[in-house]
Amino acid sequence: MSSVTHEENMKKPVSQGGDEALIRRFSPASQAEPLKNAELLEKDEVEKLKDTGFDLSGEGRSGTFLMANCGVTKCACGGVRGVELMPVTEALKKYGWLKEYWWQLVEADKDAFTKETERGLDNGYFIRALPGERIVYPLQTCLYIRSDNTAQRVHNIVIAEEGSELHVITGCATHPHLTSGLHIGVSEFYVKKGAKIVFTMIHNWGEDVYVRPRTGVRVEEDGVFLSNYITLKGVKSIQTYPVAYLTGTNALARFNSVIVAPKGSHIDTGAKVVLEAPGAKSEIISRTISYGGRIIARGHLVGLAKGVKAHLECQGLILSEEGVIHAIPELEAHVADVDMSHEAAVGKIAKEEIEYLMARGLSEEEATSTIVRGFLNVEIEGLSKELNEELKSIATEGQKGM
Amino acid sequence: MLKIEDLWVDIHGKEVLRGINLHIGRGETHCLFGKNGSGKTTLLMTIMGFSGYEIKQGRISFKGQDITKTPLNERSAMGAGLLFQRPPTLRGVKLKDMLAVCRRGKDDSGLAEQLAVKYGFDRFLEREVNLGFSGGEIKKSELLQLLAQNPDLTLLDEPESGVDIENLQIIGDMIRKLLQKDIHRNRQKSGLIITHTGFILNYVAADRGHVMLDGQIYCQGNPLEIFEGIQKYGYEECVRCRQ
Repeated sequence: MSSVTHEENMKKPVSQGGDEALIRRFSPASQAEPLKNAELLEKDEVEKLKDTGFDLSGEGRSGTFLMANCGVTKCACGGVRGVELMPVTEALKKYGWLKEYWWQLVEADKDAFTKETERGLDNGYFIRALPGERIVYPLQTCLYIRSDNTAQRVHNIVIAEEGSELHVITGCATHPHLTSGLHIGVSEFYVKKGAKIVFTMIHNWGEDVYVRPRTGVRVEEDGVFLSNYITLKGVKSIQTYPVAYLTGTNALARFNSVIVAPKGSHIDTGAKVVLEAPGAKSEIISRTISYGGRIIARGHLVGLAKGVKAHLECQGLILSEEGVIHAIPELEAHVADVDMSHEAAVGKIAKEEIEYLMARGLSEEEATSTIVRGFLNVEIEGLSKELNEELKSIATEGQKGM
Repeated sequence: MLKIEDLWVDIHGKEVLRGINLHIGRGETHCLFGKNGSGKTTLLMTIMGFSGYEIKQGRISFKGQDITKTPLNERSAMGAGLLFQRPPTLRGVKLKDMLAVCRRGKDDSGLAEQLAVKYGFDRFLEREVNLGFSGGEIKKSELLQLLAQNPDLTLLDEPESGVDIENLQIIGDMIRKLLQKDIHRNRQKSGLIITHTGFILNYVAADRGHVMLDGQIYCQGNPLEIFEGIQKYGYEECVRCRQ
C-alpha cells in the first residue's frame, strides 16, 4: 500500500479505522521464530524492556507474563494467592464461562484489526483477581515483537472480581534493532462491584512500527478503573481509543496519558467514557508534546444519567515548527443534572516561564528542558512511590536526545 | 554596584522609560516609589534583561561591566536577582527543584531550607512552584529562591503586595537577611525595592529613595522623608516641586 492511503486513513475517525493493506504488509507472528526462554534475551533487549517498566527479575511484582512474537515465553505468578495469570488461549480452554467475556466490550468486526485478531490470534494474557483479594504488588506483562516485519495479534482479558484490587503494568516494545512491525492488541477489562484495576501501559516501539490497540472497559457499581498510558519514543503510528462503560452507580474511570511524538510519529489517541449510571465519575487527562510529530488528542464524555461528573483536559506543547497537536474534546450530555467540563491548551512554552528560570541562572535550553520535564512529571495515581520514581526516570531518560 | 545612565526603554514601540539615571553603591538599599504605570517594573525588568524591553538609548553597568546587551541568565550568574511580583506557575517543577536551580554552582549551606523550616514553610518545598500559592506564599517562595541564589544585587518588585500583616514581619526578616542588614560594616549586598505602600520600610531600612513618574525619576533623597511627603501631599506634589 502507499503511505498516502495510510495517511488518509489516519485522518478518519478511529471508529472507521481499519486497513487490510497495512496488515498484509507484515507476516504473521506465528511464522516468526519463537523465543524459547527469557534467558536468551540479549542485554540490550532486557534494557529496552526495562524502559517499559518490565523487569525480568520479577522483583516487586506479583506475576510476570512475557509474550515474544506469537509465543508465551514466561508466565509465572510465583505463588501469589488470589490472582490468576495465564495465556489467554489456555484460559479459554480451562474456563467455559470465559466466552461471556470474549469480544463483549470490543466488537470482533469493528475494523480490519479486530477482524485480523479474531482470525489469526497469536495469544494474550488472562488476568483475574479473585473476589475480595487485594493484590498488593503489580503484575507485569510484556508484549514484545522480536522479529522484523512481523504482525503480532494479541487479545487480553483482565477481570477484577467483586471487591478485589489489581495493578497491571504492561510494557510493549519491539527489538532494539528492529524497525518495522505491526502490533494489534485487543483488551477487555471487567471491573466488578467495588473492585479496582490500575492499568499502566508504557510503549517503546521502533520508528516504522504501527500500533493498533482496541480496548473496552466495563465498570460496575463502586468500581474503579485507572488507566495510565505513556509513550515517549518514536513510532510510525499509534491509533488507540479505549471506550469505558460505567454501568454501575458511582463507578469511576480515569484515563491519564503522557505522549511524546518525535518527528515522523503520528499518534492518534484518546478515550471515550460513557457514564450510564447515577453518580458515575470520569476524568480524561492528557499531556502531549510534539517534537515534529502529529498528535491527535481525543476525548469524548457521554453523560446519560443524573449526577454524573466528568472532566476532560488536554494540554499540549509544540516544541518544533513542524509539530501538530490537534485536541478534540467532546462533551455530550443527555440529561440536565450533570457536571461536565473540559479545558484544552495547546502551544509553545510560554516565554515568561523560560525567562523565570533564566533569571535564576539557567540557559534557555536548560530552562526549556526543565519545563518539559516538569510537564511530563505527572504523579500517577494508584502507583506506589517506587513505581512513580521508576516512571519518572523513564520519562527523564526518554527526554534525552530529543 | 549598579549604574544606569540616560536609559530610554520602549515596550511594543511605546516609550516607557525616558532618560533614567540611577546609581546604587555596594551595600546600599534604594527604594523606588511611584504610581501604577509609572515605569517602576519596567526599570527592574530592563535591569535584569527580560525580552520585550527595548533599550533605545543609554547604558546599564553592573559591577563595573557594561551589561546593556548581556543575556538575562548571564546577568543572573554575575549576581543579579529579581523578586517577581507575579511569577508564572511551573507545572511539575517543585519549589525544592527551583532551590536546586538557584544554588547551582554556588557554595550554599542549605540556608533556604533552614529558613523554610523556621518560617513553617517547609511543606511548600514539595509543591509545584506558585501553583495555588497565596500572595504571601508567592513572596516567601520567591525569597527562599533568592536566598539560595544569594545575589549581590537584589531587585524586589513590590515585596509587600498581597501579604498580610503577620507575614509582613517574616517577609521583612527574609529581605533583611538577603540584604545583609545584620552586617553594619563592609556590607556587600545591594538592593532596589519597588514599593507602592511604603510598608516594607517599617521592616527594611533603605538608604535612599527615588520617586518615579511617567518614566522619569523626579526626586531623590531620604526614603522616609519622601514617603512622608507622598502620604501627606500625594505624587502631585512631586510634580509641582520639580516645576
